[in-house]
Amino acid sequence: MSEAKNAYGLMAEFETPAEILRAAAMIRDAGYLHWDVFTPFPVHGMNHAMGLKGSRVGWFSFIGGVLGYWSGMLMIWYMNAHDYAIPVGGKPMFSPFFSFPPSFELTILLGAFGALFGMLYTNQLPRLYHPLLKNPRFKRVTHDGFFIVIEAGDPKYSEAEARRLLESAGSRHIEQVEE
Amino acid sequence: MAQIGAETQSIAKESALSMPEPPAELERPALVLNARTPAWLSDKIAGVAEGKAPLWWWIAFCISFLTMSMGFGMIAYLISTGVGVWGVMRPVMWGWAIVNFVWWIGIGHAGTLISAILYLLRQRWRTSINRAAEAMTVFAVMCAGTFPLIHLGRAWFFYWLFPIPNANGIWPQFRSPLMWDVFAVSTYFTVSVLFWYVGLIPDLAVMRDRSTTTLRKFFYGLFALGWTGSNRHWNNYERAYLILAGLSTPLVLSVHSTVSLDFSVSQLPGWHTTIFPPYFVAGAIFSGFGMVLTLLIPLRRFLHLEEVITMRHIDLMCKVILATGSMVAYSYAMEFFIAYYSGNAYERFAFLNRALGPYWWAAWTGYACNVFVPQLFWFKKVRSHLTLVFIISILVNVGMWMERFFIIPVSLHRDFLPSSWGYYIPTWVDVLTYVGTFGLFFTLFLLFIRFLPLIAISEVKGVTAHADPHHALGGAGKGDHS
Repeated sequence: MSEAKNAYGLMAEFETPAEILRAAAMIRDAGYLHWDVFTPFPVHGMNHAMGLKGSRVGWFSFIGGVLGYWSGMLMIWYMNAHDYAIPVGGKPMFSPFFSFPPSFELTILLGAFGALFGMLYTNQLPRLYHPLLKNPRFKRVTHDGFFIVIEAGDPKYSEAEARRLLESAGSRHIEQVEE
Repeated sequence: MAQIGAETQSIAKESALSMPEPPAELERPALVLNARTPAWLSDKIAGVAEGKAPLWWWIAFCISFLTMSMGFGMIAYLISTGVGVWGVMRPVMWGWAIVNFVWWIGIGHAGTLISAILYLLRQRWRTSINRAAEAMTVFAVMCAGTFPLIHLGRAWFFYWLFPIPNANGIWPQFRSPLMWDVFAVSTYFTVSVLFWYVGLIPDLAVMRDRSTTTLRKFFYGLFALGWTGSNRHWNNYERAYLILAGLSTPLVLSVHSTVSLDFSVSQLPGWHTTIFPPYFVAGAIFSGFGMVLTLLIPLRRFLHLEEVITMRHIDLMCKVILATGSMVAYSYAMEFFIAYYSGNAYERFAFLNRALGPYWWAAWTGYACNVFVPQLFWFKKVRSHLTLVFIISILVNVGMWMERFFIIPVSLHRDFLPSSWGYYIPTWVDVLTYVGTFGLFFTLFLLFIRFLPLIAISEVKGVTAHADPHHALGGAGKGDHS
C-alpha cells in the first residue's frame, strides 16, 4: 500500500481559474463528498461547479438583527418607562418613535455580529491547525496557486482512483498530504 | 470516473457559443494596468508592509507621533484644569470640540460608502481603495469620538452615557438625540472595525504565508484564524461580506443623520431645519472623499502603486466629489430659501447673520470651497491633473470644516435675545487639541500601512483578467463560455 497510515488526502495543483473550474465540475460529477477547492480569491462560478448550496450565514445575521431591535425597545421601555420614569416635557414615557434610533442601531450592531459569528461558525473557524497549512507547496494558495484536495475521509476515496481523476482533470502536480 | 469527466468536458465544448470579440472602444479600461498577475499583486502590495520602513515613513511617523503626543498633552491639561481652558463661553457652549467631532465623523463616511454602498452597486473599482478608506473611517471615528468624550467637562463620568447601572440608580434618558448619538457612533465604530477585519482575513493569510520571522508568522497566523482559501469558506465568507455591506449602508446613512438630529431637534434658528439629515450625509461623503484623495494621491506615488490605484480611480472619485458637492450646494440654497420663505424673523436673521454677520468669512470660505471649487471637476483636464486634484481635495475639507463651524457656533452666537449675544474665539488649547487629532489620525494610518496590506489583495486579484475563468488570461480557450 502506497497509502500512508494517516493520509489527509490528495492535493492537486492547477494553473488557472478556468482549469480548476472545469476540474471541480468533474469531481462534483464523480460524486465525491469530502473535497474542496482552494483559491487565492473566490472564483466566479465555483459554487455552481462544486454543487454548493447557498450559505446559511444570513440566518445568523437575521436572528442577531431581530434580537438587537427588540432588546433595544425593551431596554428603553424598562429604563425610561418602568424602572425609573422621568417625565420630560409632557412627552410619553415610552414611544416606539423615540426608541427607534437606538433600537435601529442595535439591530445593525447585533446583525453585524451575527454575520461575523455566523461566518466563523459555518466555516468552523478559527482553526489554527490544519494539515494543509503544513504543506510548503500549499503556501501558494494565498499567492497564485489553485488547489483541489480530495480528502481520505471520503466514502468513495481510493488513492489510485482519485489520482487518476485529478490527472484527467489536467493537474500537473499531485501529491499526498499527511494528517 | 475519468470517463464522466471527459464527457462533461466534451459537452461543455459543444455547447460553447463562438462569440465575436467586442470592438476595442467598447472594452472597459482595466482596473489593474499592464495586465499584472495575481502573484505580482501580492508581492507588490504585501511588500509595502514588509522589509525596512523607508525614510519618508520614519519622518512622517515622528512628526505625527509628536503631534499626537502634544494633543494628548492638551487633553491632559484640559481634564486637569477644566473646560475653561477652551474658548467656549455663553452663549456659545458648543465650540471647536463639536465642530471637530462632526467634521471627523463625516470624513469617516466615505470609507463606508466605498466599502459598502459601492459594493452593493457592484462598482468593481472600489477594490483598489476600499481597504485604505476603511482604515481611514476607523481612525477618523476614533478622532471624532475623542471630542464628545473630553467636552463633557467631567470626562471621567463618560460611562453615565451608557445604559449601565451606576451609583445614582438613574438610567440614561432616551428621548434625547444625544443618547441616540451615543448608540449611532459606537455602533458605527464597532461595525466599521468588524467590516474592516472581515475584509482583512484573507489578506492576513497572505501575510502569514509570506512571513519570514516567527513573530510575524505568529501574529498574522493568529489573526488570519487559519484561513485556507477553501471555496466552501469563500462561499460563507462572501455572503457574510455582502450582509455586512447591506447592514453598513443604512448604518452610514443613519449615523450622520443622527448627528444632525443633535442640532435639528433643538429650536435654535439655523439648527432647527428638516433638511439636516440628508444635507449632513451628503456633506459627510463629500468631505470623506476629499480625505481619501488627500491620502491616496501621495501614497500611490511614494509606494509606486500607480498600476493599482489608477488615474481612472482618481477620476471616478473626483466625480463622486462633484456629485456630492452639488448636493451640498443645493442644500445651502434650500436653507436660505426656506429661511426667507418661512417668514420667521429669527430664521431670516440667523441666515443673514451667517452670510453677512461677524463670521461672514467662515460662511464665504465654506461656500467657496464646497460650492464653487468642486465644480472644477466638470473638466477632465482638472480631474486628470494630480496636483490640482490634491489641492482641491484639501480645499474640500477646509470648506467642510468651515461648514460645521458656521452651522454650530455661528448659529449659537446670536440667538433670540440681543442682550445675550456674544462672539466666540477659540483659545490656543482648542487649536492645538484639533491639530493633535491629526497626529493621532496619521500615526494610526502610518502604522496601518506598515503592518497591514493597504489594498485588499485578494479582492484586487479577483477583478483582474487572470481571475476571470472566461478570459484568455484566466485560462479560457477560444469561445470558452461554458
